[in-house]
Amino acid sequence: MKKMMIDRRSFLQVGLKVSALAGGGVMFGLQIPNVVAQGRGGAPQTPLNVHNFITVAADGIVTIVAKNPETGQGVKNMLPMMIADELDVDWKNVRVEQADFDDTKYNAQSAGGSTATPNNWIPMRQVGAAGRAMFVAAAAKQWNVPASELTTGSGRVTHKASGKSIGYGELASTVAGMPTPDLATLKMKDPADYKIIGHNQPTYDIKKIVTGKPLFGIDVTTPGMLNAVFQKCPVFGGKVVSANIDEIKKMAGVKQVLVIERPRLTEAVVPRDPGCENGIAILAETWWHAEAARKKLQVKWDFGPNETQSSADQAVKAAEMLKAAPQWNVRNDGDADGALKSAAKVVEATYSYPHISHATLEPQNCTAIYKDGKVELWTNSQTPQGGRQLVAETLGIPARDVKMHMTRAGGGFGRRLTNDYMAEAAYIAKQAGVPVKLVWSREDDMTHDYYRPGGWQKLTAGVDANGKLVGWKNHFVSWGDTASKAFAQSAAFGPAEFPQRFVPNYKLDASVQRLGIKTGALRAPSSNAFAFVIQSFIDEVAIAAGKDPVAFRLELLDAGGPPAGPDGRPVPGMNAERMKGVVKLVAEKSGWGKKLPKGTGMGIGFHFSHQGYFAQVAEVTVSAGNKLKINKIWVAGDIGSQIINASGAENITHGAMIDGLSEMMSQEITIDKGAVVQKNYDKHGMVRISQAPGAIEIHWLKSNNNPTGLGEPALPPVLPAVANAIFAASGKRVRQLPISKDGFSWA
Amino acid sequence: MAYKLNVNGQTHTVDVPAEMPLLWALRDVLDLKGTKYGCGVAQCGACTVHLDGVPQRACVTPVGTVGAKKVTTIEGLSSEGTHPVQVAWAEIDVPQCGYCQAGQMMSAAALLAKTPKPTDKDIDTAMNGNLCRCGTYLRVRAAIHKASELATSASAKTVQVAGKE
Repeated sequence: MKKMMIDRRSFLQVGLKVSALAGGGVMFGLQIPNVVAQGRGGAPQTPLNVHNFITVAADGIVTIVAKNPETGQGVKNMLPMMIADELDVDWKNVRVEQADFDDTKYNAQSAGGSTATPNNWIPMRQVGAAGRAMFVAAAAKQWNVPASELTTGSGRVTHKASGKSIGYGELASTVAGMPTPDLATLKMKDPADYKIIGHNQPTYDIKKIVTGKPLFGIDVTTPGMLNAVFQKCPVFGGKVVSANIDEIKKMAGVKQVLVIERPRLTEAVVPRDPGCENGIAILAETWWHAEAARKKLQVKWDFGPNETQSSADQAVKAAEMLKAAPQWNVRNDGDADGALKSAAKVVEATYSYPHISHATLEPQNCTAIYKDGKVELWTNSQTPQGGRQLVAETLGIPARDVKMHMTRAGGGFGRRLTNDYMAEAAYIAKQAGVPVKLVWSREDDMTHDYYRPGGWQKLTAGVDANGKLVGWKNHFVSWGDTASKAFAQSAAFGPAEFPQRFVPNYKLDASVQRLGIKTGALRAPSSNAFAFVIQSFIDEVAIAAGKDPVAFRLELLDAGGPPAGPDGRPVPGMNAERMKGVVKLVAEKSGWGKKLPKGTGMGIGFHFSHQGYFAQVAEVTVSAGNKLKINKIWVAGDIGSQIINASGAENITHGAMIDGLSEMMSQEITIDKGAVVQKNYDKHGMVRISQAPGAIEIHWLKSNNNPTGLGEPALPPVLPAVANAIFAASGKRVRQLPISKDGFSWA
Repeated sequence: MAYKLNVNGQTHTVDVPAEMPLLWALRDVLDLKGTKYGCGVAQCGACTVHLDGVPQRACVTPVGTVGAKKVTTIEGLSSEGTHPVQVAWAEIDVPQCGYCQAGQMMSAAALLAKTPKPTDKDIDTAMNGNLCRCGTYLRVRAAIHKASELATSASAKTVQVAGKE
């Protein structure tokens, strides 16, 4: 019996890996927590039923269900576009309806890891093609002609020979009773025939957005609902000892004050989503009444073991670790130490980057109604499936008794991959016995995030007499537990990170120290920091080797074989030819090598992540006092054969550049006495319109590969492109983020 | 205490403390959810409304200070999306998540009312208090130029997008 259980578990693990691979690669299966989250309490993948996605009314209006969470990435357009094109209807006749969470109908419903495109490119088109086949079959039956003689277009079936034509609306009642054909047997369109895919389809909710209709999680109201704030302990893992609760209860508009106490966490590494923390919830008539009462709250906290940590002390410890022998080796190819000893030139540099916050403009929130052992939630989570499981565990009820409505999210960026706010709202609603809308203040949001973990990297590289890279060493100093060699969440360094396999002698070592705050995935997790480090350092090596930064990179990309796993078999890692393609394209389009005025320079960076190939060139001007202006950014991307929604793709790419610039210039979260210091946008800034680049020029390299995601892979190269441009413009090498620490500011 | 507020041309009576920010009176008392909370300290501009046509951050404007000033929110810019700024925002397809856009549009409408043909520099100055976490600034610039064109050519038309409402 025991053996069988173990076997079953290992079978399930293999199943998970295989499904991640089928979705487009083990790489993101390892990197992206939402894949793991989906595994928690998730239903098995079942064949999709057309009727769950498509409804055609008698007047021919087509309603298509958008299954995934919309966080601004445009998925509410994109997935229905795939269905509509294969269904062969006109987009103007399509109405898109946001799905509730129901994994028995829709399988995976998540927003993370830039996976919506690769995971849905086939199944969503199959759903559309199946719908089309059903309308064709219904018409064939009605006219008593072979289906093979029928064609479709604009939501009509036509029989050329007889001149008959009928709208889908007229066939809808027949189709409603038909089963979904086997999706694998369907013939899908020749891409040359796409009428919706590959064209601009403006944001589906545009009219609601421009007229200010309620649309977001924070806009939800339910009858009898109270508005809640939740004052959590400023130090992660702390709890309430006592508070002036009686006084707060008497304040204007306040209805209930609840002390929330949850089991204390004792793990050496903070878990991925610890859920509902400890603190005091205040429920009131309006959110402001609750917030005003919170300002009078006086709490005596037991801060727990994290009270003594500070970023300043941790930086000192990191500096000591960088000088000491690494705690363990992660990867060792060839003989890096030997290669560096015999190299013609050796370059060494230490880079660093801070913790940063997601800072979604819509703060975390959730509305919950708990009644008779069941809970109904309105949530903008990126991983509702993981949220359902967390809520079920928090309330001690079965997952099937957690019902979730999915609202538009005011930004995700990875913050809503974790579901602490959902667990809190559900728990508070259960304690309160009334419907509750919990809305975090900005201060709550910035001080209780799952931060992008900071880190340090000491790099050493050697080139031979011909300027060829022969050895590369990286001592990665991060967060985690030394005894178990476990990294904190999103604080690991992948063993296949570039330039591994492009240099014969490669060594990656690691050292960690404990971190008592939550960490997690931020848009392009790890890549958003690693691209800056690796691509900046490669520039330093190119310059030391006396080579042009673009030429050096192209030579380096020539040096690696195809990606292979430990058994030598191919794995879906970076394809060097595709990367060379975007590097060459961006160099050509930007006029790389052209003469620029004094104080102006160009820099390049490339990075592979989330199956996407991106290279960027930045042109910047650095004026007196280290004033930085981004004149222009050129982007070249290869994300496969189709850009599904061109307008959305351009917008997201602009955003990725600007997001990267915010990370570069001004974002840093620090800890003092165990608590996060930065509490609002004045201390954790983002790019404003006057600081945005003058222009962003985007070029897509369409390759013969299935389309893959965009939101994340577009971002990472912008940081090194700008860093390298700053060097070209000013001779100043920036090695720590944010660059405001080196005296840079926006012109 | 009861205050009379003129919001989008209608008079409402709200019984709230004088210090309650206009933002929360709009959202939680009058159920106008278009004006957004982002920071609470006038850092992000998501809560921008007009008081007598002048852009103000509703999160730091106490109800007690509004008086007889006419409050215009995104819902009052035009309920059907016919204001040139709304038309331009839809044509240029500015939003990503859309959360900041009500504030962006209110700032843009106030700019265009004062400066019908703004330069990029005018735009950057007028819009600098409105953060966009998704980074739609290049389209914000383009949409303001587009709205300026639409307003001055008087060709503003209703937003035509399939499937709304």
